[in-house]
Amino acid sequence: MGSFTLDIHFRTEAKRLSILGASGSGKSMTLKSIAGIVTPDEGVIRAGGRVLYDSAHGINVRTQDRSVGYLFQNYALFPTMSVEKNIGIGVRGSRAVRNERVREMIRRFHLEGLEDRLPSQLSGGQQQRTAIARIMAYSPEIILLDEPFSALDIYLKDQMQQELQYQLRDYEGTVILVTHSRDEAYRFSEDLMIVDEGRIAAQGKTKDVFSKPGTVAAAKISGCKNISTARRIDDHTFAAEQWGTTLRTSFILPQDFNAVGYRAHEFLPVWGERRENCIPFLLESSAELQFEKNYYVRPDRESYTREDILTWFVQRDKWPVLSEKGMPDYLQFQEKDLLFLQAGSKA
Amino acid sequence: MNDILVVLQKLDWSPLAISLKTGAAATVISFFLGILAARRIMYCKTGWKAVLDGILTLPMVLPPTVAGFFLLLLFSKRRLFGIFLYDTFGIKVVQSWLGCIIAATVIAFPLMYRNARAAFELVDIDLIHAGRTLGMSDFRIFREIVLPTAGPGIVSGTILTFARALGEFGATSMLAGNIPGKTATISQRIAMVIQDGDYVTAGIWVFVVILIAFAVIFLMNIAAGKALKKIPDWR
Repeated sequence: MGSFTLDIHFRTEAKRLSILGASGSGKSMTLKSIAGIVTPDEGVIRAGGRVLYDSAHGINVRTQDRSVGYLFQNYALFPTMSVEKNIGIGVRGSRAVRNERVREMIRRFHLEGLEDRLPSQLSGGQQQRTAIARIMAYSPEIILLDEPFSALDIYLKDQMQQELQYQLRDYEGTVILVTHSRDEAYRFSEDLMIVDEGRIAAQGKTKDVFSKPGTVAAAKISGCKNISTARRIDDHTFAAEQWGTTLRTSFILPQDFNAVGYRAHEFLPVWGERRENCIPFLLESSAELQFEKNYYVRPDRESYTREDILTWFVQRDKWPVLSEKGMPDYLQFQEKDLLFLQAGSKA
Repeated sequence: MNDILVVLQKLDWSPLAISLKTGAAATVISFFLGILAARRIMYCKTGWKAVLDGILTLPMVLPPTVAGFFLLLLFSKRRLFGIFLYDTFGIKVVQSWLGCIIAATVIAFPLMYRNARAAFELVDIDLIHAGRTLGMSDFRIFREIVLPTAGPGIVSGTILTFARALGEFGATSMLAGNIPGKTATISQRIAMVIQDGDYVTAGIWVFVVILIAFAVIFLMNIAAGKALKKIPDWR
């Protein structure tokens, strides 16, 4: 096993936070550290007013006392216990209190009639509801969702995501979702943190992070397909070296950027006369999907590498124009969609 | 046929009681110690794990007479620990029923331990983590989640332990001897009567042993059947 360093510093006031990253980026590890399932080498973890872990002061609150609900990828329902028992397992208090709480959860999560079933006798959706009901019955201060949908079929996924969001709507505590899906992160959270190779590549309001990822790593993880190294020439011009072009902006360029990103959907096809910020291109290959066409194009020059290939997505509603006019002569970068980036992590 | 009836009429049934009592006692002791040991080993750091696991499994791999040799070394009334036990507590292990139990337990214990451990290792670690995040103590998690989930493995471990304890011969004969009515188990009795050429008596005891074996497996399968129902089907 190779070594892996996880170095994460963040604080959030948001009630809904997503941690987005590729597999092996350290996002799950972050969640497990909060829950106390793994112990970090050093650092501090606080939740609300409570210190959960503080290496300098030798504080390491037991998982049992952290008041953290954890939704595991496979739900980790106890296989030998009925739905009812699973839900009631974490409820403290007398038998009457427990029964009342379990009944309430069974009603709320539409599990009526399934009380005596074993987890293996439930559908995926019912298992998820049971797992959430079990967490809710325990009433933790934080709920951690560890890639809850990654094992699901794609057609089930959307429905389950919607359902989970609905189930958590009344929950007042903080919910942290770990995922490798940008769509999941985007729809779920107010705040977003992008993790790459054990470090934070970007964080902030979800929409801001998507519109201004800030680093190359964050831009890639947020789905930006086209990234080039960049060199600032003056306040309004810079060279995008891999794309083999110089781009001009009407606004003053930021001082410190060494890369530029451009989302594949944002290209403007241009026929006829070349306009500003246009590049000529040669079609390398293309792929037709259900709702969009992907074109892979390369700059019109002698030598190029794989990294220089640009991706251009065309949504279905634009197809008629393309079939009528043929392939455009140029692709235009729109200045409002340029992402100014730092190569390497922000931290 | 007649000689069988004649032999049956004057047969000394004490080996049956001694074997059953020894087997039961050894199984009960191994059951608790085996589960406890398996649980402790699971929480152990890697380096110690291998060493302890080796020591705990050793009696299963060694010839029983070798185990018997070590047990004699330990409990002999001519040696330190044996003298201490006898003088302080009046406990006599060699040539006593206690010796039968100790020999059978030492030999059968690894079967319980290893089966329990294998069963525990199959329990999804996330179940334990889930239990902790739901505020359950480690003991409660073990009792309510790990043990039931590992149920079938524990049951089969118990069957094998009992079967092994019941049939123990080598270590028992060295430590406890073959004193009729006291330490003479069925296995020892069979060996003894065979030496005298008494095949009728030996045959009767062999028949008894087979009956017990079937009964035990039958009972345990009923128990396992219940536990097995709680495990997800392999579909």
